[in-house]
Amino acid sequence: MFIIKCPYCGERDHSEFNYGGEAHLVRPKQPTELSDDQWAEYLFMRKNIKGLQYERWNHSHGCRRWFNVSRDTSTDKIHSVYKIGEKPSK
Amino acid sequence: MKKKYSIFALVKNSLSYHENWQRAWRDPEPKSRYDAVIVGGGGHGLATAYYLAKEHNLKNIAVVEKGWIGGGNTGRNTTIIRSNYLWDASAGMYDHALKIWENLSQELNYNVMFSQRGVMNLAHNQHDVRELKRRTHANRLNGIDCEWLNVEQVKKFCPIINCSPNIRYPVMGSTLQRRAGTARHDAVAWGYARGADAMGVDIIQNCEVKGIKRNGDSIEGIETTKGFIKTQKVGVVAAGHSSVIANMAGLRLPLESKPLQALVSEPIKPIIDTVVMSNAVHAYVSQSDKGELVIGAGTDSYISYTQKGTHEIVEGTLKAILELYPIFSRLRMLRQWGGVVDICPDASPIISKTSIKGLYFNCGWGTGGFKATPGSGHLFAHTMAKDEPHALNEAFNINRFISGDLVDEHGAAAVAH
Repeated sequence: MFIIKCPYCGERDHSEFNYGGEAHLVRPKQPTELSDDQWAEYLFMRKNIKGLQYERWNHSHGCRRWFNVSRDTSTDKIHSVYKIGEKPSK
Repeated sequence: MKKKYSIFALVKNSLSYHENWQRAWRDPEPKSRYDAVIVGGGGHGLATAYYLAKEHNLKNIAVVEKGWIGGGNTGRNTTIIRSNYLWDASAGMYDHALKIWENLSQELNYNVMFSQRGVMNLAHNQHDVRELKRRTHANRLNGIDCEWLNVEQVKKFCPIINCSPNIRYPVMGSTLQRRAGTARHDAVAWGYARGADAMGVDIIQNCEVKGIKRNGDSIEGIETTKGFIKTQKVGVVAAGHSSVIANMAGLRLPLESKPLQALVSEPIKPIIDTVVMSNAVHAYVSQSDKGELVIGAGTDSYISYTQKGTHEIVEGTLKAILELYPIFSRLRMLRQWGGVVDICPDASPIISKTSIKGLYFNCGWGTGGFKATPGSGHLFAHTMAKDEPHALNEAFNINRFISGDLVDEHGAAAVAH
């Protein structure tokens, strides 16, 4: 259980948000040219990191906007919140 | 030589106030080299070591465990055993496990308290009814016992279920697998540990894997907190931490690790003599031999390795429990805990070779691995020893995520995820 600071609405309980999985996965530009292996990498394979993870959240019970979060998955501590399209601050 | 547990041993040891029982397993230091190393001393890992030693005649085996054996998800689940899965591949694999369960106590000379008290899966809407009837037929075609119960039969089989048509999600029927049931989770790990140890398997606790040493595309050994161990076969059975080990070997897996919670109530007199599960309202309950209600909740949506879940998951489950069983309304919950479960996109496990020679993974059991413990160990041992899958786990190879030949068991996995 943790508090997420929505970049648009401020601090809210995480139950207001929906988790959107690993961030910065880029959809292949030329899907027709991909091999099955490459598709599997994009679709299914995940880092599933124990430690600092960059992930997407949606403020589904608030402003309904998407944004990125960096969170330590071994403690659930949130390190930073940043908007879609931005790079994480190290 | 292990001494057999029996009524005579019990009488004999009672004469010395139970102070002279033989240790159930040794506590060895790791050797520098093994023929095979199992990473993870839970039920699945210990069962793998047991069958490697027993059926494949590999004696120089170690199980390395970062904590204590059976201290992870083996000791954190709700102990439900069933095999009523939809697809042929799953039916074959889970029923293989169920058949081993049926004689496991005798085989291990260790009481795993396997109790075939039946498992019900409730339907709460028209879609559930269709889906569960379909599953009943699929099970029967695969030779798995399964019955459809209408509402009157549900009420008769488990009288405390609220079968009123006026509740928010009324009960519209149920499946029943009578051969299904529960077992004592710790005993399964301990029984396999004792059996494996008797055949010379080294069970090394408090030994965490820190790295996997590769020579090109084959395995050379593992770095652990107790030093380097040379081996050419590594079987990873690390549940929620499978991806962590895979990352050490430079692999990625199609897994996400999430917290799954369960809770038990204060102990009460026997009131529910079966296991009742409900996908739609997301509640399942059985009663332990101590009298506690054992209640399974759901997973949280986000990746976390904290072994903690959130309150609203528990709240949602208890709301559903109370609507289905108003009689439990004054019960207090004694304990609540979380485990980290590794979930595959198709809710089926991976028991497979990898692109690295000598590295095998048994993972992705997600929310329902306990029931498969003996079968999983048996099939994984075969896969490791022969370097090829058994016919029953061929479909559960890791390449299905490339070929697209998924085994979608979201409907039968019971916990929606």
